[in-house]
Amino acid sequence: MDDTGRIIAIEVTEERKRRSLFVDVFARLVKEKPLGTFGLVIVVLLLLTGIFADFIAPYGYNKTNPAHYLAPPSGEHILGADNLGRDVFSRVIYGARISVIVGLGATAISAVIAATIGTLSGYIGGRFDIIMQRFVDGWMCFPGLVILIAAISLVGPGIWQVVVVLGILFGIGGSRIVRGAFIGIKENVFVEAAEAIGSSTGNILIRHILPNIMAPMIILFSTQVPGIIMIEASLSFLGFGIPPPFPSWGGMLSRSGRTFMEQAWWMAVWPGAALAIVVYGINMFGDALRDLLDPRLRGGLGRYSGAKARMKKRQTEEQEEVTEAEQ
Amino acid sequence: MQAYVIRRLFLIVPTLFIASLIIFFMLRLIPGDIIDQMVGEHGAVTGLDRVAVERAMGLDVPVHIQYVRWLGVWPYTGDEGQSEFTGFLQGNLGTTLWKQIPVTRELFARWPVTFELGVLAIIIALIIAIPIGIFSAIRQDSAGDYIGRSFSILCLAVPGFWLGTMVMIFPAKWWGWSPPIILIPFTEDPLGNLGMFIIPALLMGLAMSGTTMRMTRSMMLEVLRQDYIRTAWSKGLKERLVVTRHALKNALIPVITIIGFMMPVLIGGAVIMEQIFALPGVGRLMIDAINQRDYPIVSGVMIFTATWVLMINLLVDLTYSFLDPRVQYR
Repeated sequence: MDDTGRIIAIEVTEERKRRSLFVDVFARLVKEKPLGTFGLVIVVLLLLTGIFADFIAPYGYNKTNPAHYLAPPSGEHILGADNLGRDVFSRVIYGARISVIVGLGATAISAVIAATIGTLSGYIGGRFDIIMQRFVDGWMCFPGLVILIAAISLVGPGIWQVVVVLGILFGIGGSRIVRGAFIGIKENVFVEAAEAIGSSTGNILIRHILPNIMAPMIILFSTQVPGIIMIEASLSFLGFGIPPPFPSWGGMLSRSGRTFMEQAWWMAVWPGAALAIVVYGINMFGDALRDLLDPRLRGGLGRYSGAKARMKKRQTEEQEEVTEAEQ
Repeated sequence: MQAYVIRRLFLIVPTLFIASLIIFFMLRLIPGDIIDQMVGEHGAVTGLDRVAVERAMGLDVPVHIQYVRWLGVWPYTGDEGQSEFTGFLQGNLGTTLWKQIPVTRELFARWPVTFELGVLAIIIALIIAIPIGIFSAIRQDSAGDYIGRSFSILCLAVPGFWLGTMVMIFPAKWWGWSPPIILIPFTEDPLGNLGMFIIPALLMGLAMSGTTMRMTRSMMLEVLRQDYIRTAWSKGLKERLVVTRHALKNALIPVITIIGFMMPVLIGGAVIMEQIFALPGVGRLMIDAINQRDYPIVSGVMIFTATWVLMINLLVDLTYSFLDPRVQYR
């Protein structure tokens, strides 16, 4: 009897251990973070819209129809039509695809660059680190939007140009965080221990350091995606991003969007609303992810409220004592 | 402390040097030069003229010579053979290519607009962000926390250029009101001037308050888990005292850095708001200059903002030691 109970207990703990980080975080997300789950739903919807835009959109993104010039929202064009008679709803749907491409593409490039620079700078250290960091400083002291505008005018407008330029610039900025995390982990006793038992450099990097900088990396990139989507829209809005006729959410508010917006408000409202919802969703999701992954916030949860509860309890106890003494 | 300030000032030198390299060479690589554009626009610059124009603009020498001249470590040779050093180190950012006036004059004419916009935006952001951030932290996972966090993320999510456009469309549509277009100088009509800046500054402040709020919240959460807070509780202090005296002071120190981080974001926001609300600030100057390939203005604006950002960051670090006695610079 006892033995079976023990075996079951062992199996249960084994089961718990075997759950991967991904599954564990997902379960805790759904259980503890309703807003984060809501954010995840928006992210999934965005991805599906981006992938299946061709099936969802009732018209092509550049299908003009002069007869529907500035048509207000109706059954035929549920969000109205623009100054070339293009369906605004379809353009917003295809805009999701551009946001997905830019957001994920640039983040992927940024992750590779940030990890490379950050790891090299953090691992080699010394003079290399100092020189490298001056270069990063040099890039970072420019206002992001301003240097992006200059960089885009250098390579010319276009989706892939925007993806690469955003990826490089965000990657250089992100390398700071990777480097910081790396240096923080490198000083730990377990790295020293691994060195002492003779582990190879590659082994230490992959087995001991990488798992520990995964959390800050995931947090960094989950916060970069909405930033990148937003800044692409801002660039397109200023006329330096995705060139027309591609339906970038930012670009739809520039040029013709601005010229005709007083006659046709629907041209300006919907792209911005879509952008706001998406950035909101990704941020909510990223926020919840950070709460779940940040080791500094792990374990100590509720200590503050616990202290407060103990305080209250003690206060009432003291009061009782006082009243007892008075009696 | 003094030694630290001097060392930091020396560290700014290589950073600015690299920044100047980046900006100067990047701009020179942009295809389509100014002479082509002038030809396109006026149709007047041809043949011999072109050489003369290039010489007058200092574009007749290789790029690296242009760079050291611009930096002020290589002399310009005038027509009569005299030579002089005029560059960044001498406080001269060159002459604009189109209007032929000093870049510094153009810059200082535009700077007050952007500066006022930025200061107002920071003030608005702090007023909105800090109280909400504190509340969110001390009532973690309560309904109020969710509302506060949703609001902060909403601030981050709603694009400034979209909100700005909405402010342009709907009041005009419903009440026939639209923001003033001609700049009202502060010295002439302070209230009119503030009225002109308050809407773009509010939009920028809202966008900034999102990050500041999140930062305040997470710093408060971290500080509230410290041992000295537990000590404060166990001493029997009231919540108000624990939060304001013990937690807030330490939680707000990193929030100050946000202002340093925010400088580039702020300038980016100013570019957009100046574009929407037709304010003649540095951002507008910069966009127009890029479109016209007026490099001296662009590099002037960029090196100026970079210097400004570095100085603010130094100031932020120095205020640290005043705010946090544990931080000592030697």
